[in-house]
Amino acid sequence: MLNINNLHSSIEGKEILKGINLKVNAGEIHAIMGPNGSGKSTLASVLAGKEEYEVGEGEVLLDGKDLLDMAPEDRAREGLFLAFQYPIEIPGVSNINFLKTALSEIRAYRGLPELTSKEFLTLLKDKQELVELKSSLVNRSLNEGFSGGEKKRNEILQLAMLDPKLAILDETDSGLDIDALRIVASGVNKLRNENNAFVIITHYQRLLEYIVPDFVHILYDGRIIKSGTKELALELEEKGYDWITQHETGIV
Amino acid sequence: MSKDQELLETLATSEYEYGFSTDIETEILPPGLNEDTIRFISAKKNEPEWLLEYRLKALKRFHEMEKPDWQNFDFPEMDFQAISYYAAPKKKQLNSLDEVDPELLETFAKLGISLDEQKMLSGVAVDVVFDSVSVTTTFKEKLAEIGVIFCSFGEAVQEHPELVKKYLGTVVPIGDNLFAALNAAVFSDGSFAYIPKGVRCPMELSTYFRINAMNSGQFERTLVIADEGSYVSYLEGCTAPMRDENQLHAAVVELIALDDAEIKYSTVQNWYPGDKDGKGGVYNFVTKRGICKGNNSKISWTQVETGSSITWKYPSVILKGDNSSGEFYSVALTRNRQIADTGTKMIHLGKNTKSRIISKGISAGFSHNSYRGLVSIHSNATNSRNFTQCDSLLIGDRCGAHTFPYIEGKNSTSIVEHEATTSKIGEDQVFYLNQRGIDSEKAVALIVNGYAREVLNKLPMEFAVEAQKLLAISLDGSVG
Repeated sequence: MLNINNLHSSIEGKEILKGINLKVNAGEIHAIMGPNGSGKSTLASVLAGKEEYEVGEGEVLLDGKDLLDMAPEDRAREGLFLAFQYPIEIPGVSNINFLKTALSEIRAYRGLPELTSKEFLTLLKDKQELVELKSSLVNRSLNEGFSGGEKKRNEILQLAMLDPKLAILDETDSGLDIDALRIVASGVNKLRNENNAFVIITHYQRLLEYIVPDFVHILYDGRIIKSGTKELALELEEKGYDWITQHETGIV
Repeated sequence: MSKDQELLETLATSEYEYGFSTDIETEILPPGLNEDTIRFISAKKNEPEWLLEYRLKALKRFHEMEKPDWQNFDFPEMDFQAISYYAAPKKKQLNSLDEVDPELLETFAKLGISLDEQKMLSGVAVDVVFDSVSVTTTFKEKLAEIGVIFCSFGEAVQEHPELVKKYLGTVVPIGDNLFAALNAAVFSDGSFAYIPKGVRCPMELSTYFRINAMNSGQFERTLVIADEGSYVSYLEGCTAPMRDENQLHAAVVELIALDDAEIKYSTVQNWYPGDKDGKGGVYNFVTKRGICKGNNSKISWTQVETGSSITWKYPSVILKGDNSSGEFYSVALTRNRQIADTGTKMIHLGKNTKSRIISKGISAGFSHNSYRGLVSIHSNATNSRNFTQCDSLLIGDRCGAHTFPYIEGKNSTSIVEHEATTSKIGEDQVFYLNQRGIDSEKAVALIVNGYAREVLNKLPMEFAVEAQKLLAISLDGSVG
């Protein structure tokens, strides 16, 4: 589904991603771990199409389509979803109005008719239960005055509503208490199926106890230096990032 | 190019939707302003002697007055002798809609205003002012049954002279400012509404203004009187054709609320704003003021200002009655080379008077958007309160937002609060919405509408939808 080949990217002349290769198939969950500054969030931003990042070389294909050639909104419409590490507040725009707009844009792109208000509300109620988000938050301004946990759950609500092919969760676990973490994880577990895929970016192994990945990749200094199964995450937790960085210098 | 720059570069390109002109037979007075002009207008309207004298007095004051110099822009050169002060579609004195020139009806259809009686069931009574004359007033009979008078100003002068004489110029005196004086001298029509004691006006009253003729100005006069215990909601909309010359619009609106009465006045102003280089456009120099004359009365101004090359207006409330309250809700959007200098004055005279000011400025392109407000608490206004919030939103980095709040407090038991914020549309916000499949243009419209929500919510339902569309249209093409 997702093919990243030799992706290089820089910001303000500084190269952050130095040749990423990654292949994600439908039905899979991949975890990307790495120390601060290794390029995890940059990878997420580049895939979503954030302007400041320049792509040097490499290609990214989503179901065979050149992702890097598309505007950010078209990437979203093609089925790429990014759960933001720091969800943005938009005062005065109600969560529900935002969700309705986003959903109808995406459906229109895919040639699907707009949902009726009734269909939309039924869908919303369904998905809301999935992330245990208070219904009052749906009528409030988008993310405005939400607690950290509410913002993250709201990201998962959007994910559930928009039903992407590929979802990237950028440090969704950061700042979550254990209950919120469980809710987020169970939401993802209910949403996963054989047609979609998840890339979970995280600093800690904690989230992976709840969302079990098929593959774990370790990102360091702009490259994936090690890939493995879920045991790799445990090993990393046990030995710390120092182990991997020494390991890396050892290789070099 | 960063997104902000793109926003900026292309903001200029959106077109003015109402820029067509109507080819209609017009009776137009040659340009020029002197006593004869005034006498011509007055005679044309078959006015009583006292009104002619009122006009002549105003003209005298006008000649004695200087242009105001305190606003946050340089006054454009205005040649008052180059303006035509009277333009009217021929064949007036209509008895029914069938007699209205089809071209005119088509114009209003294009503007989305239906004069068709069938569609009038939407529950809005409309008075349409085309250039200098009121073309049609709908629902007049139905309103008359409950004693509500809603008609053109000209008709009011003929049929209810005692009311006009009693209230005209009592809120905005002829010497108030240069443009108020000019209006008092040359106003040719406008709307008049009187709501009798204890009547809650069952429908929105609406006036629609359109400048069509070339080199003409529009100087309409609106007078709304809410008698004791009555309520009325009044709407006002306006457009003009695209012309390279600047056109002057100098209106005066006076509102009078007696004991326990409430007036809600909403404006969606969409005069032609000029092209992207600032050529053409309407100079909108308007004086709007209401007086809460009676105890427990209330006046609320809501405005959405998206048009005009220069907007200079400060809808104000004089809070004379005890326990009276005044409100001002404003969204002003400027782009290209537009200038808006707008705000309000809340003059607290009575006891326990309250005022609330919510102003939302949105500036894009090379435009300048100023909030200017005065909250004045007089010595007898014990326990009075004001809350002011003015927010500015900037799109791009070549526009300006300015705030000039003045506060005068002469009573120690009163409380005045002021909050102000300035923000930019964040690239982060636009990107966040992009990532959810919403393109940048829609994203900006969504953010702007969200920002203006608090004010838009104050508009009557149908108008709110219009205003929301207008804000989206005005930013249309703002991103490439």
